[in-house]
Amino acid sequence: MAVTDRVRPAPPVRQRRPERPPRAVRRLAFSQRLSRWDVKLSPYLYISPFFVLFALTGLFPLLYTAWVSLHDWDFIGGQGTFTGLENYQFVLAQPFFWNALGNTFSIFVLSSVPQVLLALTIAAALDANLRARTFWRMGVLVPFVVAPVAVGLIFNNLYADQFGLVNEVLRGVGLGPVRWHSDPLASHFAIATMVNFRWTGYNALIFLAAMQAIPRDLYEAATIDGAGRVRQFLSITVPMLRPTIIFVVITATIGGLQIFDEARVFDQYGLGGADRQWQTLTMYIWELGWGQRDFGRASAVAWLLFLLIVLISLANFLITRRIAHQGGRK
Amino acid sequence: MPAGTVPLTTKESPVRSRARFTALSAAAACLALTMTGCGAGAASENAGVDGETGTEDVTLTVATFNEFGYEELFEQYESENPNVTIEHKKAATSNEARDNLTTRLAAGSGLSDIEAIEVDWLPELMEYPDQFADLTDPAVEGRWLDWKTEAATTTDGRLIGYGTDSGPEAVCYRADLFEEAGLPSDREEVAELLSGDWENYFSVGRDFVAQNDDVAWYDSAGATYQGMINQVQNAYETEDGTVVATENPEVKAIYEQVLAASTEDDLSAHLGQWSDDWAAGFQSDAFATMLCPGWMLGIIEGNAAGVEGWDIANVFPGGGGNWGGSYLTVPTQGEHQAEAKKLADWLTAPEQQVQAFTAKGNFPSQVEALESDELLSQTNPFFADAPSGEIFAERAQAVEVTPFKGPKYFPINDAMQQALTRVDVDRTDDAASSWEKFVAAVNAL
Repeated sequence: MAVTDRVRPAPPVRQRRPERPPRAVRRLAFSQRLSRWDVKLSPYLYISPFFVLFALTGLFPLLYTAWVSLHDWDFIGGQGTFTGLENYQFVLAQPFFWNALGNTFSIFVLSSVPQVLLALTIAAALDANLRARTFWRMGVLVPFVVAPVAVGLIFNNLYADQFGLVNEVLRGVGLGPVRWHSDPLASHFAIATMVNFRWTGYNALIFLAAMQAIPRDLYEAATIDGAGRVRQFLSITVPMLRPTIIFVVITATIGGLQIFDEARVFDQYGLGGADRQWQTLTMYIWELGWGQRDFGRASAVAWLLFLLIVLISLANFLITRRIAHQGGRK
Repeated sequence: MPAGTVPLTTKESPVRSRARFTALSAAAACLALTMTGCGAGAASENAGVDGETGTEDVTLTVATFNEFGYEELFEQYESENPNVTIEHKKAATSNEARDNLTTRLAAGSGLSDIEAIEVDWLPELMEYPDQFADLTDPAVEGRWLDWKTEAATTTDGRLIGYGTDSGPEAVCYRADLFEEAGLPSDREEVAELLSGDWENYFSVGRDFVAQNDDVAWYDSAGATYQGMINQVQNAYETEDGTVVATENPEVKAIYEQVLAASTEDDLSAHLGQWSDDWAAGFQSDAFATMLCPGWMLGIIEGNAAGVEGWDIANVFPGGGGNWGGSYLTVPTQGEHQAEAKKLADWLTAPEQQVQAFTAKGNFPSQVEALESDELLSQTNPFFADAPSGEIFAERAQAVEVTPFKGPKYFPINDAMQQALTRVDVDRTDDAASSWEKFVAAVNAL
């Protein structure tokens, strides 16, 4: 009401038609109402498409998944009895769940860290004065266009344990073969290379865009001061990119916690290895839902993953704020 | 599925998550549809498939996977039945077909008029017989080998699928490597050498390995185990659905026997079946024999292109065995069930199955087809002109046991295959510790 009160004193219509009081009053009332609606509703209408879409594709599945997770629920048979938190209890008591959680984090760290560092370096190289600049810049995006399954096929061939190219090369230089499909850490590394192959170029382009926005006079001043290219990169480029780096780290975190494609195509069965060496949380969800057709338990894991991502995003947010503050004080 | 994560990812990075987002929305939609599916499923009783055929124009959709060899048959059927138009939906792999089928079953709509299913995922569908039309018909009685029909028949006598091909198993072997090791290499002599129980098969293997150090006797413990377990009537579950996999002495005995042969006697090439290493092993003479259902011939030929010496022995250790094969079902969702049943009937008739065999090598499961001259005279040039038609016809007749596969057969067998892989391929465990993990995995189902 406070808003409409403030609007009421000066509607343009009111001043234009003072000579016909009775009708003007009715018109006034209507236009008043209109403008009140306008003020009250329009902003919501403007932003509603996103929220309607979000409610349909985001909120509904989210809540429905929670509902499913409280039941015995067969994939084909559908809803069974209400079981309360039994599914959560069951899942949390499974060593498979904790194993999947550990694998997810391991693969995430092995992929995100080198990915961000490499992307920064590539972006710095692309930022330099190159011939055929656009060609090189588009070039780094090529791996991103390749379907993950195709990437999986190629890398599978490279990382085959006995006759794979990587092991052949290792043997050639006198090193023993690595057991890519049985040693957990080796399998995580192999999957992380697939992830990095796809995403490094994408992140490099984001960094490049941010780098282009750094004022060139900073570099000129640094050059006059006698700073080399490495020094310039470390003392100007990286600090100026801080917000972008934070953005990339957050998106990489969320993507990393949901890793599925690359790990699933790492062998023929897609179950994460005979000893679940590289079974991630999303693959565990897949196994419960589509393999065992127990949607209740699968939904419980999905919700746990959701809570985990919310938690980590919160932590990310807090750290981001602190860094931003520090940046401001400098 | 992590539907809950959709809003976060889309907000943070729309491009990056697009692939996942698509997958998630599909899954979310299917979750949503589960509700409708549930309602529809409860309401739909099987109305049977009565009704006249040939009276109105219909378009029938047929969903298959891999190669069924039906392309020419469809054309023939269309010209014989002018009121029918056939639309063929072909999935690349049986897994893809299975995901598609289960999702649409759950959704309660969207299935084709005829859905092909593989014997591997038949048990999980047998739990929902109401979803499939009852195809029993006096006209098709006795058409298939007994075990083929039995697997698709519910306890109250409803037949949910017409058998297409089957997977009778023989032993494929490398004649040249047998010769090098001083063993008989002629296919009849080899059949005689390997006839008997599994212990005999392993014992010949030990002789072979003693003579030929670099070559293993068979490709993988998992594949060999599959051949052995398919001869056990109630390996993992009893008919009433009780899981006995972890207590069944037969399962444990087979597990220990095959692992002892694989690791202690080193008869296995330690290759995970279907892995890239396994495919490469055909080119590098990694092993001398493998159990081969009829459909495996094409796979061997593809992987071993350029390698000479493969042959087929008309024998299978421990009696006959069947691995794989498919069925045609008519989902009750369909509007033209009577027409669909007629087409499924025609496609699985002996004459048509022989035509499919000629086209793509799918070995028929029909009694009459097994006696047809066209089938029996078939030879396979890659396998030294072995009379493949005759051999597999005899192998099909040797199948004695139809293993009972309950609804949990798949997850249990997966867990078992992983247990074998841990010991045979990965070597991260010994037989005892891997068995314990298998028990834990089965208990977690």
